[in-house]
Amino acid sequence: MKAVYKRELKSYFDSMIGYIFIAFLVAMNGIYFLYYNMMVGYPYYSYVLGAMEFIILMAIPVLTMKCLSDERKSKTDQLLLTSPVSLPKIILGKYLAMETIFVIPMAIFCLCPLIIKANGTAYLREDFASIFAFFMMGSVFIAVGMFISSLTESQIISAVGTFGVTLLLYLWPGISSMLPTFLTDNFITDLLPNYTLTGVLDKFTSYHIFDIGGLVFYISFIFLFLFFTIQSVQKRRWS
Amino acid sequence: MIEVRNLVKRYGSHTAVDHLSFTVEKGQIYGFLGPNGAGKSTTMNIMTGYLGATEGEVLIDGHNILEEPEKAKQSIGYLPEIPPLYTDMTVGEYLKFVAELKKIERKKQRDEIRKVIVMTKLQEVENRLIRNLSKGYRQRVGLAQAIIGFPDIIILDEPTVGLDPKQIIEIRELIRELAKEHTIILSSHILAEISAVCDHIMIISGGKLIASDTPENLEKQMSDAGTLYLDVKTKKENVQEMLSGIQGLGKWSVEEKEYSCLITIQEGKNKDPREELFYACAQANYPILTMQYKKASLEEVFLELTEAAKKGSERQKYPRRFGMSGRKKEQIEEEENKDESSL
Repeated sequence: MKAVYKRELKSYFDSMIGYIFIAFLVAMNGIYFLYYNMMVGYPYYSYVLGAMEFIILMAIPVLTMKCLSDERKSKTDQLLLTSPVSLPKIILGKYLAMETIFVIPMAIFCLCPLIIKANGTAYLREDFASIFAFFMMGSVFIAVGMFISSLTESQIISAVGTFGVTLLLYLWPGISSMLPTFLTDNFITDLLPNYTLTGVLDKFTSYHIFDIGGLVFYISFIFLFLFFTIQSVQKRRWS
Repeated sequence: MIEVRNLVKRYGSHTAVDHLSFTVEKGQIYGFLGPNGAGKSTTMNIMTGYLGATEGEVLIDGHNILEEPEKAKQSIGYLPEIPPLYTDMTVGEYLKFVAELKKIERKKQRDEIRKVIVMTKLQEVENRLIRNLSKGYRQRVGLAQAIIGFPDIIILDEPTVGLDPKQIIEIRELIRELAKEHTIILSSHILAEISAVCDHIMIISGGKLIASDTPENLEKQMSDAGTLYLDVKTKKENVQEMLSGIQGLGKWSVEEKEYSCLITIQEGKNKDPREELFYACAQANYPILTMQYKKASLEEVFLELTEAAKKGSERQKYPRRFGMSGRKKEQIEEEENKDESSL
């Protein structure tokens, strides 16, 4: 697992994708931070993260697109699958490598509340909790992206597919409110709008609630998609 | 060492591997030979645990590749048809990654990598990106990857494809060198390749094992079909008259050319009729221009067997575990007589 993790991490910095991903997130964060917190003077950094929700939808597919599709295209999956490392470990190694890349902009984001603090009143606990929730939501998107990348050999299809699915998850609260009423009387509408990916993050960023149930929801989502990824790779060996 | 039992792999309605069973003993070089699409690569992919079989099982040192994959895979080094290379790494980095992946002890890694680099002659390109290497070098990096850590079993799928003749000879030498301590299985659709290095040949066609024996035995069993070619300077009628006078010849045919007749004689009861033919021609004053005796080469064995398997009708003639002995002498003569009477 360690070997896969190390190689994967290195490949992100060899191929520039890692740099572009980090630079894009940090730059967009800078724009919002400058406007909301520095110019308008709003003391909560978490507000910026609410605005970053859509930005991350565009960034995650770039990170996940080549994860498994490229292995399959260049036939290097033959090396991984015939080596004495179990498949869950390979998948986990790859997932953790992407998480590591994703942690880097998060660490930079953590400086922002401190900058606010240096210039006046800051709400550090609320802001750091929001950054953590934002990281968890991004991790869900990475797991989804990895699953979609395991379905195809093409990086383009993988990226577009990931964007499509994560966009659907992002828009879900709006979509579920548009459903006809005969559907809204049952459990679907009770369950779904309460537990949407962005809904959980909104609780952190807008209402400053530490939503443990929401975090459990994120973690279950991550495990579900890691499981799907393993099954998808396994399935290909048997068909 | 390796036991393959009743292996079947189906892709939808297409059967790529069809009830294949064989065992591989320690310390020998095995060759999978078969035309393109015969199921060689699929079999190797199943043996190494890359693909799952539809039916049957593979045991590596007694470990089932599906039930105890990590233990079984530990003793296998595999070079697939297309070398699994990360083109964004240098050769050195790549081999280090593979060494870690194969769980070679940290202390030994450096020595192991050095050893395979020297063996596959990669010293010059050690620090170059794999992306920029030629096909031959890439193939060698793939080979280095397969032999790193020196696993007991080394499986090579068409190891010499894309190499120049000098490199092919080097790789063959390397394979022979490795075979002293390891079991090697390699595949190829080129016969010369297999007969040059292998101790044991398995001919596969249409997903079935149609012959499994040493190269010498395969040739020996086929030597019934030795053929004698003669070029005699005379008329066709004369030749026909003369040949019917000689006892125990196999099936023969005569083809008239400008000055001479080309005679083809299959080997029959009379194992070596060359002397008799010489005296017969000399007595009749027919000058012999050429006389050539040709034994069936491995090439012909291969062609005949694979063609036969394709037709399927020949299966009675060639029982599963290749044996020309299965084709009765009487049967052959019967056929010959039939042909002769039609001449």
